[in-house]
Amino acid sequence: MSGQLPGPVLAVSGLQAYYRTAAFGVKREVRAVDNVSFAIEANEIYGLAGESSSGKTTLIKTIANAIQPPLQVLGGSVMLDLSGRRLDIHAIDARELAAIRWKHLSYIMQGSMNVLNPVRRVRHSFVDFAFRHIGTPMPQFLQLVRDHLQRLHLTPDVLEAYPHQLSGGMRQRVTIALATVCRPELIIADEPTTALDVVVQKSVLAMIHEIQRELRSSILFVTHDMSVHANLSDRLGIMYAGRLVEEGRTADVFRQPRHPYTAHLIASLPRMGDAAAKQGLAGAPPNLADPPPGCRFHPRCPRASDICRQQTPIMQWHTPSHRAACFHPVGEPAA
Amino acid sequence: MKAPLLEVDDVVRTYKGSFLSRRRVAAVDGVSLSLETGQPEIFTIVGESGSGKTTLARMILGMVSPSAGAIRFQGVDLFALRSRRARLRFMKQVQPVFQNPFEAFNPMKRVDRYLFATARRMAGLRHAATIADAADDALKSVGLSLAEVRGRFPHELSGGQLQRVAIARALISKPALLVADEPVSMIDASLRASIVNLLRDLRDRMGVSIIYITHDLATAYYISDRILIMQRGRAVETGDARAVLDNPQHPYSRLLKASVLSPDVPSTPGARLRTGQQTQQGVLPHA
Repeated sequence: MSGQLPGPVLAVSGLQAYYRTAAFGVKREVRAVDNVSFAIEANEIYGLAGESSSGKTTLIKTIANAIQPPLQVLGGSVMLDLSGRRLDIHAIDARELAAIRWKHLSYIMQGSMNVLNPVRRVRHSFVDFAFRHIGTPMPQFLQLVRDHLQRLHLTPDVLEAYPHQLSGGMRQRVTIALATVCRPELIIADEPTTALDVVVQKSVLAMIHEIQRELRSSILFVTHDMSVHANLSDRLGIMYAGRLVEEGRTADVFRQPRHPYTAHLIASLPRMGDAAAKQGLAGAPPNLADPPPGCRFHPRCPRASDICRQQTPIMQWHTPSHRAACFHPVGEPAA
Repeated sequence: MKAPLLEVDDVVRTYKGSFLSRRRVAAVDGVSLSLETGQPEIFTIVGESGSGKTTLARMILGMVSPSAGAIRFQGVDLFALRSRRARLRFMKQVQPVFQNPFEAFNPMKRVDRYLFATARRMAGLRHAATIADAADDALKSVGLSLAEVRGRFPHELSGGQLQRVAIARALISKPALLVADEPVSMIDASLRASIVNLLRDLRDRMGVSIIYITHDLATAYYISDRILIMQRGRAVETGDARAVLDNPQHPYSRLLKASVLSPDVPSTPGARLRTGQQTQQGVLPHA
């Protein structure tokens, strides 16, 4: 794994993924991902934040090429760099895709029960997912899995357990072990700790962080919980209504948010030891079948002006690593 | 002297273990609390899943009967309420707000029907105009209006709006107590603060006491007057919310507090995750 060529592991550019339906002559188009571009470097945890219906899940599906109608990719590309081998995930055939999935690109999902087969022992899940990618005889494979579990401070006994015999936190740890056993270059984590308790959440996050630093994989970490991003992500992208509105190093985004939406999200976070009144944000996220013209945040934005209602803001670099799509960024005088 | 609004007196609720098992599981194991009449407050119950907080809420709502102990509302034992009349009178006074508004409302039914049905059954209103007025008043107290909601289906409203409608529905019968079980955990981040502020506002403006059940210590700190921390069915610590959370005494309360992720970015990414990991593994009941 060492000696990797520098260059992004994942490069998404100008991605447009819409849901298109035509029922009873009524055509509908939901612009779930609209012109999103970003890159994830090697050995990096890239956090993606956004509320429900901001297009996070659609973006993940498109990156993993798990596209089913009515979802369509209308433009843009998703390039993967797998240890020097560059490929466009939408241009490869099903065989190649199957060879890449899990070996080079794996997932940690929110519901561990959806990953582990509920009627078979955990060992079978490891065999189903990883055996063909590892390519060693079965005894060596199981030894490798046991070593991997031990590295994650899990007892190899879990292999002989049924999923229902494990607690929720333990199950999620097993799915993390499952997602990392092939040492993939890129791991997509979709709200992996949202269903867990606070106490368990912290140790599961610690585990993700530890294994990432050891394998030097890149992680696309998706959650709406800003506190998780603050503690885990190296860089952070904020999505609103299908568009990426801000991106930067996590510390920079938290310290000096540029987009008013980000600024609000961070200011409204409840903190221990702070009972000062917090303001809610008026309005509701837009309907993506009929998004507002111009900047999609303008109906809720305290800084909106005429230009925001007419034109779509493009990403502006504020520092070499921090960009935001706003005509009147926070920190500059409003029009 | 007036009877307390709500008295939970050493309640226990046990469930049978799995099929063929003789073991009985105590979901709630000897919890007591009391809320005074005429002193509206937000009383928070926190704990991880499986700590019994939802079972306790269901007992307070009269949906589950305690295996031992008693729950008295305004001095009357809940499980002595035999007649429909007495039961209805209790339901008028104590109303629930559930976690996920998209599950609380039938997706095929217009949301205003819930408001009208509650006005008819709980508030005993008869005429269409007075029913609409009551619904409008309740919606206005949560920052909506009947004009915005009339004829809408749940999917046409955002999670935050729908949760407001759920709270408005609960307010129609002018209750003295709301039992809100994780009312913001399914709500989007940008809308969460306004729902939490609404609860605080209802206490101050309408004098409603609220039992707020959550696992989120940060919002608990933000709105609560008093707090009760539960672990495996038992109350491990209780008292003034700020005092308890600023200086928790019980090891489990300390663990909970230590597990709260601060939204401040640490100097090196992941730094805060590593500290305290060892202590956690020793205390966790089953992880």
